[in-house]
Amino acid sequence: MSKIIVVTSGKGGVGKTTSTAALGAALALEGHKVAVVDFDVGLRNLDLIMGAERRVVFDLINVAQGDAKLNQALIRDKRLPNLSLLAASQTRDKDALTEEGVERVIDELRSRFDFVICDSPAGIERGATLAMRFADAAVVVANPEVSSVRDSDRIIGLLDAKTCQAEKGGRMEKHLLLTRYDPGRVARGEMLSVEDVLEILSIPLLGIVPDNEEVLRASNLGSPIVLHNAASAPARAYTDAAQRLCGVNVPMNVPSLQTSLLRKLFGRRAA
Amino acid sequence: MNLFGLLNRRATAPVARERLQILLAHERKSAYQADLIAVLHKEVLNAVARHIPIDPQKVEVSMHRRDMTSVLEIDITIEPCVVDEKFRERAALAAQ
Repeated sequence: MSKIIVVTSGKGGVGKTTSTAALGAALALEGHKVAVVDFDVGLRNLDLIMGAERRVVFDLINVAQGDAKLNQALIRDKRLPNLSLLAASQTRDKDALTEEGVERVIDELRSRFDFVICDSPAGIERGATLAMRFADAAVVVANPEVSSVRDSDRIIGLLDAKTCQAEKGGRMEKHLLLTRYDPGRVARGEMLSVEDVLEILSIPLLGIVPDNEEVLRASNLGSPIVLHNAASAPARAYTDAAQRLCGVNVPMNVPSLQTSLLRKLFGRRAA
Repeated sequence: MNLFGLLNRRATAPVARERLQILLAHERKSAYQADLIAVLHKEVLNAVARHIPIDPQKVEVSMHRRDMTSVLEIDITIEPCVVDEKFRERAALAAQ
């Protein structure tokens, strides 16, 4: 049974693409067949985060419009053979995507992969609504910060109203992924805590990804964080989150002040 | 920052939480209401249009909230000649 998951947030820069790459790689490491799909037409970046930017020939729009076969457009990851990328177009306009075209591509992906992870563009316009349209589940990425939480609330409203799942009268499965979490600042009362965000958004928690310098290093190198440094705190958070997406009950690891202090004192490898 | 500044600094996260709770309570309500008005607009338009030709641009639906009551206001402008014609048609049909 394959599952279509949209990674969305409303606000830009909260970590959708990083999370898509990390969750995709973590699920592939578990042995699942995974496709990650970039819906950010005109501003694609998933190819760059995955380290496949020089291998893009055909993209989502080419396939949606029937100009290329899905096989020609899928880029197989060099590290993980069961992980594939479908890039977004960099030169086309987002209006080139039609609902019918996207539905055809998603249907075909569904028949070939266990997990299809759609990286939504920021905003609430066409690209974002099409990315969530055919999803079975949503990962709402939020930072513990007022504008991100507000936009996430808006996106949750859209997930419950504008998706096929919602229109059929079903309930959209939603998960909150809290990223850029800084336990030190939370302890000092400078940052919304996990409990604060959960109370406000009231959707189940998928994971808490601590703010960590390894994430930038991984993106510099074009490697999903779980492949770049599997022992790092964010990689472990994403690996646990991927398990939870598969229905495995993993205890939630709330980043604490001690671990973040240890990291500062003993260097980045200690955490 | 000196020690005094550190001690004096107040936690800002509770303020963030409270602001968000108030804002989102308001936004969730108004988003629901906007949807409701759009649905009413469409359905009222369809119902009236079955009997009288109307210009969709000249239909206004709004909702006002007071302390105890809500008022739903539907304002539809109908061209007088259209109504006259419709009555004439009906009369002609009745006369047959």
